[in-house]
This record gives sequence, C-alpha cells and structure tokens, in this order.
Amino acid sequence: MQVPNVMEAGVEGTVLKAEVRDLDFYYGAFHALKRVSMPIYDRHVTALIGPSGCGKSTLLRCFNRMHDLYPGNRYAGGGIVFHPDNTNLLSPEVDPIEVRMRISMVFQKPNPFPKSIYENVAYSLRVRGMRNKNELDDRVESALKGAALWNEVSNRLGELGANLSGGQQQRLCIARALASDPEIILFDEPTSALDPIATASIEELVTELKEKVTILIVTHNMQQAARISDYTAYMYLGEMVEFGITDQLFIKPQKKATEDYITGRFG
Amino acid sequence: MLQATDLNAIRAIITRAKRWDLFFSLLGILSLMIGILTFVVLFVDMAIQGVPRLSYEFFTSFPSRRAANAGILSAWVGTILVMLVTALSAVPLGVAAGVYLEEYAPKNWITDIIEINISNLAGIPSIVYGLLALGLFVYYFGFGQSILSAGLTLALLILPVIIVATRESIRAIPQAIHEASFACGATTWQTVRDHILPYSSAGILTGVIIGMARAIGETAPIITIGALTFIAFLPNAPFSGDPPAGLFDWIFAPFTVMPIQMFNWTSRPEAEFQVNAAAAGFVLVFMTLAMNGLAIWLRYRLRKNIKW
Repeated sequence: MQVPNVMEAGVEGTVLKAEVRDLDFYYGAFHALKRVSMPIYDRHVTALIGPSGCGKSTLLRCFNRMHDLYPGNRYAGGGIVFHPDNTNLLSPEVDPIEVRMRISMVFQKPNPFPKSIYENVAYSLRVRGMRNKNELDDRVESALKGAALWNEVSNRLGELGANLSGGQQQRLCIARALASDPEIILFDEPTSALDPIATASIEELVTELKEKVTILIVTHNMQQAARISDYTAYMYLGEMVEFGITDQLFIKPQKKATEDYITGRFG
Repeated sequence: MLQATDLNAIRAIITRAKRWDLFFSLLGILSLMIGILTFVVLFVDMAIQGVPRLSYEFFTSFPSRRAANAGILSAWVGTILVMLVTALSAVPLGVAAGVYLEEYAPKNWITDIIEINISNLAGIPSIVYGLLALGLFVYYFGFGQSILSAGLTLALLILPVIIVATRESIRAIPQAIHEASFACGATTWQTVRDHILPYSSAGILTGVIIGMARAIGETAPIITIGALTFIAFLPNAPFSGDPPAGLFDWIFAPFTVMPIQMFNWTSRPEAEFQVNAAAAGFVLVFMTLAMNGLAIWLRYRLRKNIKW
C-alpha cells in the first residue's frame, strides 16, 4: 500500500532499482516481516530505522538471501523485484549466489578475513574467477581508493587486515563489498562498533558512494539516517509504518507512530 | 554511618566464608598432585630402569632370545609405518566427515542421530574395533595380518576424535567470517576451501595428534588382528621386493609395534627383559611427547596469522 504513495514521493529523475512487494518472512514460527513493501531508488541512500527487533536487519538480509544459510527461515509470500531485469530475488529458482554477486554487504562489526589486506579485497574478485594478476591489482587498488583507504594502506597491502584500526577495518570491508562492482551495497549498522571519528568517515564515504551504487543502510541512529539518507523507512514490529523522502519524514511524518519514534517519545 | 561492631561482624563473616576457599584450594592441589605425581613416579621409575639400556644397538637390533642382544628395530619401524597408514586414512576421512556435518548436512533428525553416534563411537572399547577389523580387513577384504589392516583399524579407532575436533574448530570460526564469505558470493565449497579449512587447521591438527597419540599406544586391537610378537625382519622398502615390486609392498607385510614388543617382554620371566620393556616404554612415551610437542609448535605457527 505504501508503494504507490512513494512513487509519487520520488524525486524527479529517480529510477527504481528494486521493489519490496508484500514480503512475508518467518523465523520458524515467528512472523518477522509482515507484508512489507518499499521501493529502493537507484543511486540513492535508503535508510531503514526502527527500534530493536522491528525487522529492519531481517529485511536487509533478505536482499542478499543471507537467511538461506540457516534452517527454519522462510520467505512466505511476496518478493523483492530487482530492476531493470525484473528478477524476483527471493524466487526459489534464483540462485542465492547469483543474488550475492549482484548485491554485496557490509556487516555490523568489521569482519575482515584473517588474510592480507590485498587478499581481503581480492576475494570478491577471486570467487568470480578473476585470476589475472594485473587485473586483480587494478581492481583492488580502485576498490581501496573507492573506500578511501588506499592512501593509508598502499604500502602495506600484505599485512593482515586485523592489524588495521576498527574504522580502517570497516573501510576494508567496504572495499571488499565494492570490488565486485555490485548494483546495491547493504550496510547493516556499519558504525555501531566504531568511535565517532571513524563513524564520520564511514558516513562521508556512504554519501560519496551513492554516485555509483545504490545503498540500503540499517541504522538505529536516527541522526545518522537524517544525515546520510535520501529516503527513510520506519519499521515497527515487522511492519513498514512509513516510507518517505528523508527530509519530509523527519520534519513532517505522515503517521503519528513515526512522529512518536523520531521525536523520542517512544523507542 | 557504619558502626564498628557492624564492621567486625562483616569481617567475621568474610573470614568464615574464606575458609572454604582455603579448603577447596588445598583439595584441588591434592587432586592435581595425585595425577601428576603418579605419572612422574611411573615415568621416572621406567627411565631409571630403561635409560641405561638405550644404545644405538637397541634401536638397530631385532628381538632376540637373549635379552642383551634384543632390540626394538622391527617395533619402532612397525609403529611408524602403522601410524603412517592410520594418519593417511583417518585424516582425510575424518576432516571430510567433519566438514560435511558442519557445512553441508541438512539439519534434520538423521543428522542428529549421526552426530550422537559419532560421540558414542569414541567410547567403544578398542578391542571391539579389533574384532571388527579381524573380520572385515583381515579376512573379508583379505588384507591379512598386515600393516594395512593395523593402520586401518587404528584409523577407525581415532576417526571419531578427528571428526569431533574438526567440527569444534570449525565452530570456533566466528559466524561473521562465515557470512562474509557467503556475502562475497562464494559457494559452500569455496568457503570451505578458502576460509573454513585454513582457519580451522590448527584445531584439526591438535585433534589429529591427540588421536594419533592414543593410537600409538593401542595394543588390544592390534593383537586381535594378529600382529606378531616376535619378528626378525623389516617390511620391504619400496621397489625392493620380488618383481614386480611396487611402492606400497610394505603395507601387506607382517609387523609388530612398540606396545606389543613391550607386552611380549614383560611377560618373560627373566629380569633382563623387564629392563628391555622399560627402555621400550621410555622410547614410546618419548615418541608420544614428541608428537604432542610438534602439535603445539604447529598450532602456534598456524594461529599466528589468525586474529578475528
């Protein structure tokens, strides 16, 4: 029901990248997402906000089929339609690996592999069969530059990723997510384990990245959503309460429940 | 304000409660000493008896009727060859089974039953494995009373240890690393090959060595399948037997192992043979300790580059 409204809300010149349509999701018997619908606009930042347990991370993890890794999780209706090819990402016929090759993810806690900085970034390329050393070198360099990390690590690419600071590790994970030229990057509370300075650099990076790639970010920090996103979705108890242009949603929410949440009267 | 009397009461309570700390720590030290001292006494006694007997000839002589001429050549060669067969068969099987159970197996009741029974397998008396191997390897497969039969028997014995160690070291890998690999678009096999196996190898190795250390001292199943107690020749070296000689002729050779040699000597009446048994026991313990030392060193090397 929100989707038509949102289409009207879309800023001039925006293109749909994906649409969540009436999505139902279960963890075992627990109904975690209830007929959720929302659009994702191409090369914009969309933020998902809401109190803990509202389903925002669950929704995010539907986009790269992370739920498929664990037994008992069930997509129970609706889907995520990906544009321009109109693929339903959640369809059983679509291979989750194909989905993950198109949509990459940055996690809540920096999780570099216990490998070198170079190998961390190269891994997304190696799984795509890239073997050529020069090509790998170029792509690793441009991904590290894209993640604003190149200047800090260019002379120590062979060092362990774990030797970097927390903020650098998270940028390394962004470089890893960026290296494969994904269509969407998912961010699951990417700054919740970082100090304010590292947080600021990640936020700046996210706003730069949207020139090239569509971004969907889960955050429990409303100020962060207000600072970096173009669109915001407020979720509560597995339902999509309100979706709108960030400025409008924060200044003049349509729903009382949204207003209560963003003004801090609840949650 | 706290009254002085209250403070004294509190101190009295603490003093009384702390007596239990003292009591338990003394009990703990006593328990620890019982275990350690028993081992130290046994080992030192064996060393005092056996070490003077150790000489170059002791390692290069076959068993003999005369205690002074007897050595452990066939026993230590047999032990090493049997261990080689055991390691080469148990490690790939155990690691593959462990990886399958952790990464591939669907989570259902069949898997649950298999999981429970793997732990049960570890508790089966080794003599039962010996009987199984006698029927299966020695007669049914026709491997005879050979190094191959013995190696495979011990492999069965330590398989559960390796499977459990593999699974535990895989579970020690943070979920976030696991998810990161899949999020990059890796398949399950790519995840296993590039992440799971490299990061769990230190733990798997520890399990392998613990299993091998158990296998090296096993006597009952080896006797059951019919190892010889007196053997005065070595298995053929590769390509050295009757033509057509192959690389693996030795696996069908009859053999003996260190614990059987010891057992044989301890059952002799002459005191000199008891000294031989002590010396062989010292060598066997030393072999086990050397294996454990190697495991600690390798684990340290492998873990150095792994930080989460």
